[in-house]
Amino acid sequence: MIFNVEVKISLKKGMLNPESSTIELALDLLGYKVKNTDTIDIITFQMEENNESKVLEEVDDMCQRLLCNPVIHDYEIVITN
Amino acid sequence: MTLTDSEMEYIRKMLKRDPNELEEGMLDVMFSEHCSYKSSRPILDLFPTEGKNIIMGPGDDAGIVAITNKLALAVGIESHNHPSAIEPYGGAGTGIGGILRDIISMGAMPIALLDSLRFGPVEDQKSRYLFEHVVKGISDYGNRVGVPTVGGEVEFDESFRTNPLVNVMCAGLVEKDKIVKGIAPNVGDVFLLMGGLTGRDGIHGVTFASEELTSDSEIEDRPAVQIGDPFTKKKVLEASLEILEKIDVAGVKDLGGGGLTCCISELVEKCDNGALIDLNSILLREKGMTPYEIMLSESQERMVFVINPKYVNEAFAICDKYELPRAIIGTVTDTKLMVVEDTYNKDENGNNDIIASMPAVLLADPPSLNREIKAPENKKESIKVENPPIEESILKILSSPNIATKKWVYKQYDHEVQIRTVVKPGDDAAVLKVDDENAVVLSCDCNSIHTKLSPYNGGAGSVAEAIRNVVSMGAEPYAVVDCLNFGNPGNPGILWQFKQCIQGMSDLAEKFETPVISGNVSFYNETEGIKINPSPTVGVVGVANLNNVRTMDFKNEGDKIVIIGSTYDEIDGSEYHRTLHDLEQGEAPKIRIDEEISSSKAILKLLNNDHGEFNSENNKITAIHDCSAGGIAISLAEMSISSNIGAEIDLTNIPISENVAAENNDKDCINDNDLLFSESHGRYIITVKPEQLDKLLNDINVPCACIGEVKGNVLKLTGKETDIKIKVSDLKNAYTGVIEEFMA
Amino acid sequence: MKIGVIRFPGSNCDRDVYHTIELAGGEAEYIWWNKDDFSYLDAVVIPGGFSYGDYLRAGAIASITPVVEGIKSLVKEEKPVLGICNGAQILGEIGLVPGIFTVNENPKFNCEWVDLKVTNNSTPFTSNFKKNEIIKMPVAHAEGRYFVEDIDTLKSQDQIVLQFEGKIPNGSLEAITGVCDESGLVCAVMPHPERASEEILGSSDGLNFFKGIVNSI
Repeated sequence: MIFNVEVKISLKKGMLNPESSTIELALDLLGYKVKNTDTIDIITFQMEENNESKVLEEVDDMCQRLLCNPVIHDYEIVITN
Repeated sequence: MTLTDSEMEYIRKMLKRDPNELEEGMLDVMFSEHCSYKSSRPILDLFPTEGKNIIMGPGDDAGIVAITNKLALAVGIESHNHPSAIEPYGGAGTGIGGILRDIISMGAMPIALLDSLRFGPVEDQKSRYLFEHVVKGISDYGNRVGVPTVGGEVEFDESFRTNPLVNVMCAGLVEKDKIVKGIAPNVGDVFLLMGGLTGRDGIHGVTFASEELTSDSEIEDRPAVQIGDPFTKKKVLEASLEILEKIDVAGVKDLGGGGLTCCISELVEKCDNGALIDLNSILLREKGMTPYEIMLSESQERMVFVINPKYVNEAFAICDKYELPRAIIGTVTDTKLMVVEDTYNKDENGNNDIIASMPAVLLADPPSLNREIKAPENKKESIKVENPPIEESILKILSSPNIATKKWVYKQYDHEVQIRTVVKPGDDAAVLKVDDENAVVLSCDCNSIHTKLSPYNGGAGSVAEAIRNVVSMGAEPYAVVDCLNFGNPGNPGILWQFKQCIQGMSDLAEKFETPVISGNVSFYNETEGIKINPSPTVGVVGVANLNNVRTMDFKNEGDKIVIIGSTYDEIDGSEYHRTLHDLEQGEAPKIRIDEEISSSKAILKLLNNDHGEFNSENNKITAIHDCSAGGIAISLAEMSISSNIGAEIDLTNIPISENVAAENNDKDCINDNDLLFSESHGRYIITVKPEQLDKLLNDINVPCACIGEVKGNVLKLTGKETDIKIKVSDLKNAYTGVIEEFMA
Repeated sequence: MKIGVIRFPGSNCDRDVYHTIELAGGEAEYIWWNKDDFSYLDAVVIPGGFSYGDYLRAGAIASITPVVEGIKSLVKEEKPVLGICNGAQILGEIGLVPGIFTVNENPKFNCEWVDLKVTNNSTPFTSNFKKNEIIKMPVAHAEGRYFVEDIDTLKSQDQIVLQFEGKIPNGSLEAITGVCDESGLVCAVMPHPERASEEILGSSDGLNFFKGIVNSI
């Protein structure tokens, strides 16, 4: 079966995110005051597997070994078909 | 479509029929100003292009100048103005990509980049946005490819508000016997297309660059912008160098404006040959691309190698090693025709469907246009100004974005990679060592206000300034590259400016024996009537013995300060007028070619007699800086700021033109303000060990004088009406942090 | 004696490192990213650049290429491994040194000369310096801010090799800009010693890093 996978990668709570702080400051220059700005990377792809739990197992391995750095990242996996 | 009626008539005559849709599309691109240079070619013929050190002048992707016994330098410069106005990050990045490809096409390894940027006032939010993203685009691209960006300039002026200018210059090293050209000399050779895949990017990028931007441009023109990919470019660079090293390649050319159409037709036309292109062999990034899109695509990072068929497998293996798409897309023929065939569709006879067939010369060599040239009407009356206190003016000019330090910019550029950078950004020019004895010195300059006020003097003056910057580092100037940014050439006044400017540049380059070896013209830099100040960006290449290199910072208290060259009463067109009075008026400082040459020769002679060493304490000549924007005042301030040491200056010793003095029957006829801020050409400020002063003044045959001494922590200026002291720390505070504050 | 210089797609300081190894009296050889036989090498240097375009994270993709097996085999044989800039990021991603070099506090690329303190001079790379000696080298990176969760262990095991002295240009934790593993034989530094190996370029302090490798073989 073909599964649609979405991996959301975010920095751990408390980690400095220079990109999001810069975005917040820049929006302020436009005249908008926003707070709690965060940047999240989303990686999507399709893969062929027999069942969803296998997909979850494999995507988890991808996250642990390449897509994320566990020192600074948290991740969330969403699978649909 | 931009083909005029007379161009269509010419095309019909050459083809003896009407062009089909694909052919018309290809011709439209090749006849565009950007590809054909039809409006500028007749005038560009004025440039001197040959000389004793010149290996290759204009005509190929870059010019080549000999720099040592074994080594040559390929140099080119390019503009990417219109794309950067719409999408500054990608526009600037692909500008870098384009000029890098031009250098690689000559078989050279790129060793330096310089950028010349112009935006609207930094107070304007849109201009800041463009500035920020252009710099980031250059930074991200250049840094990734591993080529240091070592110099350049930035100007902020109202005239560039709607039309920013992004000019990028690149230099590459090549052994003299390894130079390759953009030619296809052998019938039977094949075209190897490698690098990026062909997609829909930048379709009609060159016709876009040949039209004015209208205010709807931002939305309408988005598909015309190319996307850069520096990661692929780096792989293309490495693969190209390896192919050139291992295979006896007949010719190389990169794909830029006009895509495959331009590249192939120019390759074969140079050798009076033809080409047969197999449309279906071209590797595509997207499905369902039409022949039109394929032949005109400006997808980046693509190169064409012309090779003997026996080398194909080896070339493929190298591309595969770097994981780069590659394909043989056609052959060199003897028909003198550029033919494109579709091998998936057969015609009634079962032959491949020929979808385009035109003489290569029709594509590569469109007729020039002799447009009308007319000098504009006389100028407005000049306004008289009140001069504020000089200290105030100095600090104000130092803190203006045009003069203040550009550190905010060059900190974002990796200027150390390739471990050649002897003198870092911030001095007069970049100095890169090429071996243990020699250095290549590169500068990039332009004075757009001078050029607007007096195109002849401004053009010549821009070349003079770029040469002075190179001489200030101890180098002999060898060659010039130019990037000419002007408005609409259909306007006779603009074309008059263009011709005057080129005449000035030519006269100077000829006398200096620094031929123009490569260049670029960017027209149509205007939006709904708002024209840019004409900007002839000049790059100069010089060669220095490392022992002769001197930086601008004061070195020792007690060193004597000497000015070389006369100062004239020429305050018009100055940074002083722009910053303090918001004025652009009068006549720009005149170029005096003989004086310019003798000043520069004097500097080089002094250095040769110094027998010194880079940064040595034993040097007799200890510092050199040229005088340009901001005049003597700013030059002295910059020498002070970079060293944290002050100086005591006697303005009454500054040599002024004898003619001016005689005309006015009075030696003291230039007031101190104008003396300090006038931007006369041909001047350098040097410092020398005190015991060497007398000998030096005797040795030089040009107007020169000792005007003071390096001393203390204050810049002290005394003149007939002036007695001021400015703390070096105040100079420094004015000069630093300016751009940073605007961009925070 | 052979010191390997690894080349990934996108590495751009490989030629500079090769040149400097030879300047220091060593013999260098380029190692392509898909090679894993390192048996004949005496040391390896991972140079700076933008391997794989810095896509995903700097050093992330390089850290899963075949050449990593070769690097690990050298580590097992107690041979020196030096990662410079992107090379440091790669060593962090592989996990051969603790922590990560991530996005600068001011998220812009930054190239400037800095003063550094040699906090640990018992690694082969820093053995030619005095302890706490102040040296000069350039940095050039957008992702150089050092972060690690367990800073205390790092300190107690003397794994901090270089620290910024004075100004910290990128927000690194405790001004750290060079770390090593517990053995001291694997070292990751963000500044570029190969760019500070000739006085005429600004300083020759960096040459000692390479002389240190050569002498240790």
